[in-house]
Amino acid sequence: MPQIFHRSTNTLSRVTIFGAVFLVAALGWVGYEVQGSPYLTYAGVRKPQPVPFSHQHHVSGLGIDCRYCHTSVEVSSFAGIPPTKTCMNCHSQIWTNADMLEPVRASYRSGESLQWTRVNTLPDFVFFNHSIHVTKGVGCNTCHGPVDQMPLMYQQESLQMEWCLNCHRAPEKYLRPRDQVFNMRYEEPSTTKPVVVDGTSFTDQETLGSALLKKYEVRSVHDITSCNTCHR
Amino acid sequence: MSDEYKMTATTTAPVIEPGHTFASVTDKISSIVLTRPASNGWFLGFGIAFLATMMLLYAIGYLFIRGVGIWGITIPIGWGFAIVNFVWWIGIGHAGTLISAILLLLRQSWRNSINRFAEAMTLFAVSCAGLFPLLHVGRPWLAYWLFPYPSTMGVWPQFRSPLMWDVFAVSTYATISLLFWFMGLIPDFGTLRDRATNPWIRLVYGMLAMGWRGSARHWHRYETAYLLLAGLATPLVLSVHTVVSFDFAVGIVPGWHTTIFPPYFVAGAIYSGFAMVLMLAIPIRKIYGLEDFITSRHLQNSAKVMLATGLIVAYGYGIEAFMGWYSGESYDAFLLWNRLHGPYAPWYWSLLACNIFIPQLLWIRKLRTSPLALFLISFVILIGMWLERFIIVVVSLSRDFLNSSWGQYYPTRWDWMTYFGTIGMFLAAMFLFCRLLPMISIFEMRTLLPQAEGKAAEAAE
Repeated sequence: MPQIFHRSTNTLSRVTIFGAVFLVAALGWVGYEVQGSPYLTYAGVRKPQPVPFSHQHHVSGLGIDCRYCHTSVEVSSFAGIPPTKTCMNCHSQIWTNADMLEPVRASYRSGESLQWTRVNTLPDFVFFNHSIHVTKGVGCNTCHGPVDQMPLMYQQESLQMEWCLNCHRAPEKYLRPRDQVFNMRYEEPSTTKPVVVDGTSFTDQETLGSALLKKYEVRSVHDITSCNTCHR
Repeated sequence: MSDEYKMTATTTAPVIEPGHTFASVTDKISSIVLTRPASNGWFLGFGIAFLATMMLLYAIGYLFIRGVGIWGITIPIGWGFAIVNFVWWIGIGHAGTLISAILLLLRQSWRNSINRFAEAMTLFAVSCAGLFPLLHVGRPWLAYWLFPYPSTMGVWPQFRSPLMWDVFAVSTYATISLLFWFMGLIPDFGTLRDRATNPWIRLVYGMLAMGWRGSARHWHRYETAYLLLAGLATPLVLSVHTVVSFDFAVGIVPGWHTTIFPPYFVAGAIYSGFAMVLMLAIPIRKIYGLEDFITSRHLQNSAKVMLATGLIVAYGYGIEAFMGWYSGESYDAFLLWNRLHGPYAPWYWSLLACNIFIPQLLWIRKLRTSPLALFLISFVILIGMWLERFIIVVVSLSRDFLNSSWGQYYPTRWDWMTYFGTIGMFLAAMFLFCRLLPMISIFEMRTLLPQAEGKAAEAAE
């Protein structure tokens, strides 16, 4: 009886059978990488805005506090986007003829809000509250990154659940004194630059964080990692 | 071994009718696949099953659009037909694994005639079963969340939940069943490849045979691997339905929270599985003239297994009732009363009739040897085992601790369409299987021939 298959089929079948294992593993790896990549998370992506507003210029150049514009960050879930009037406080006096600012003036004249493109956005099934984080000593730049160094705003972190849980599972690694929350140049305590809270000097983040957990009465890790803390 | 074989062969019906040779066995089984044209009856049967499968797809499609609200599930009965059918189908699969693995290790050679299609039955039943939890989760496109894989969510599935163990139990079961079935088919694929005349058919069977030449070395490795796989599959017969029973037993709902559940579920699974084996074997042997291979001996043995496992199931019901009274727990006592006299009482009485009383007819030898009677009793048992799961899931949930939260369950047409649809899918797969693959293991049948006994004896000397 003649052969149905050529000799090379032996090699071909071995390669395909063993190759399939590697192919499946490789596909899994690619899937995992894509899942966490800026392509899906938009981390580091500068989205187009009606006005090329520079946080770098306003924050580190001029020294404006975060709360001057984001007024509700300490009392509300939403930090707040300033009304055009806030811009015009200064820009009715300076750069009054700058082309770049024409959309701001137009908005002021017509009373229609500027349509900013939201940069840090969470899905609707996640409940997030700015005020609680600020009150418990989470710094702005812990989540938003070096905003004072961003000429155009972008999202610093992936905002994926894994990233949220990093902190919720070990909050002592990230907490700072309340009066330092809006300090964009805050440095973690070290032996050369200790942080003083209530007369006690701390030289490492671990002990400072643990002390702040008690002082600010942060709920237990068990509580803040429960599903319904964020998914209500 | 050979003495025992002769003795049993003279006292009861043989496992293979006398007069067959190696060639006649091979001819008979392979001709069904290779030369016998598909009859009108086959087309009619397959057509009906195919239409039912389309109905299933329609029901699933609508489910995906509208969500699980189209089913009859509500609070307090959040587990409806999907769970009932899941447990029913996965139980049916168990007989296939029992026949192919445990009976192989116990050297019950009569299994050789029925193991192939029983394994196919297992595989198709597990496919139907696996569908239900996926549909039940409501968002099937996220079903991969059930598996522990590195994800950006930073959480693992809840390993302490029996529902999680279920995922592993059922996926392991499906994998092992598929491997075992395919392994067993390889020598037969070789036979079909060598006998096929059409070059395309030869090519397909040749690929599936994976280079099988039937050399002594091939056989040696094959037997070792087959035995190892049987060893792997054996614990699954007990473990899979045990884990399924944990889905209930770990919960605190009255009627679920009992330690009898694992053995009682496993026995029930084998009970319904053998009923399905008989319901398939009886028409198949008739239509394809395989009475020589699937003899009265096989039917009787299956009937005896059903009788034994049926009694274990009856014992389970008895213990449940006894505990309801003996524990003095008011909720357990109420559950018993509710089953016997509550709104679902007719279902419970039907269950007792189908699973306990009617199968006692199998004690009568005349009925055990009558294919028609066995077919009907098997049908009754399959209904009974479905009712059992319905009683467990629905009756317990409908009236638990607080009477303010009592409710009734009304399955909708979508529930029924999905259920009957899976039966259609199962039958459609069986119809295809009968035409495309040797439904009885050719090489294992040959070992049952007296000639093979002689050869083995000579080789031993």
